Amino acid sequence: MILFLLGIWGIFLNRKNIIVMLMSIELMLLAVNLNFLLFSVYLDDLIGQLFALLILTVAAAESAIGLALLVVYYRIRGTIAVEFINLLKG
Amino acid sequence: MDLLFYLFSSMTLLSGVMVIQARNPVYSVLFLILVFFNAAGLLVLLGLDFFAMIFLVVYVGAIAVLFLFVVMMLNIKIAEINEKRLRYLPIGGVLGVVFLFEILLIVDNDLIPLLFYNTESFEEFKLSNFINWSENLQTVTNIQAIGNLVYTYYFYFFLMSSVILLIAMIGAIVLTMQKGIRIKRQQVFLQNTRDFAKTIRKTA
Repeated sequence: MILFLLGIWGIFLNRKNIIVMLMSIELMLLAVNLNFLLFSVYLDDLIGQLFALLILTVAAAESAIGLALLVVYYRIRGTIAVEFINLLKG
Repeated sequence: MDLLFYLFSSMTLLSGVMVIQARNPVYSVLFLILVFFNAAGLLVLLGLDFFAMIFLVVYVGAIAVLFLFVVMMLNIKIAEINEKRLRYLPIGGVLGVVFLFEILLIVDNDLIPLLFYNTESFEEFKLSNFINWSENLQTVTNIQAIGNLVYTYYFYFFLMSSVILLIAMIGAIVLTMQKGIRIKRQQVFLQNTRDFAKTIRKTA
């Protein structure tokens, strides 16, 4: 049942596109969440499920903010290539 | 049960790999939805029905649709060159193996003593009078247990998560709202003071 850790591990490796990177973050959060839920069932502890709920809200907030930033960046730059993102000035 | 578990988990891993490997981001999002569905199935197998439904609602209903919307809106070019796909594999593989090893170590220390109770003392224990606790069991549904916990002891975290969601919503709206010239807005004053005797005219 520890198979899900492979889920986290498989995400870190390869990323090329910023949208795929955001989706990878979602996948990592999903894997962590699944681990929390699984161990909370396994250890008969309800705090894990509570924590999974909090992670769920944070994941939703993070994806909303990230996609909003992505839309703004696309509107300014016209592309979402990752390799030029260090040229941004505040 | 076991077969379903292996089916769901292998499908989760497979489509998780496909999320990363797919060329087209739309396919990637669709595989992400498949991952979420399989994770919800796994949670149903674990007995966490409330969390399975929440996963479906939040992930598939909100996040994946949001991703799909952004991918459609930004029309990203499909041709992505990834010639160095395996470049980070050695160090990433080493880190992953170390991580898995650590997790297995922790799990061994924590969980294995729970699994091996010695049964000899239990036989002695059964001879003495004992309370049959299984008659006193109260079954509580999953959502009821979480609600009992969330609304009483951990209401502070609950409030904090609601504040986080509110800030995220405000932030997303503020970030994406642009004040340009080309956007048509409603002008209430002009609309109310419009002389409607002049608005409709008969043209030749």
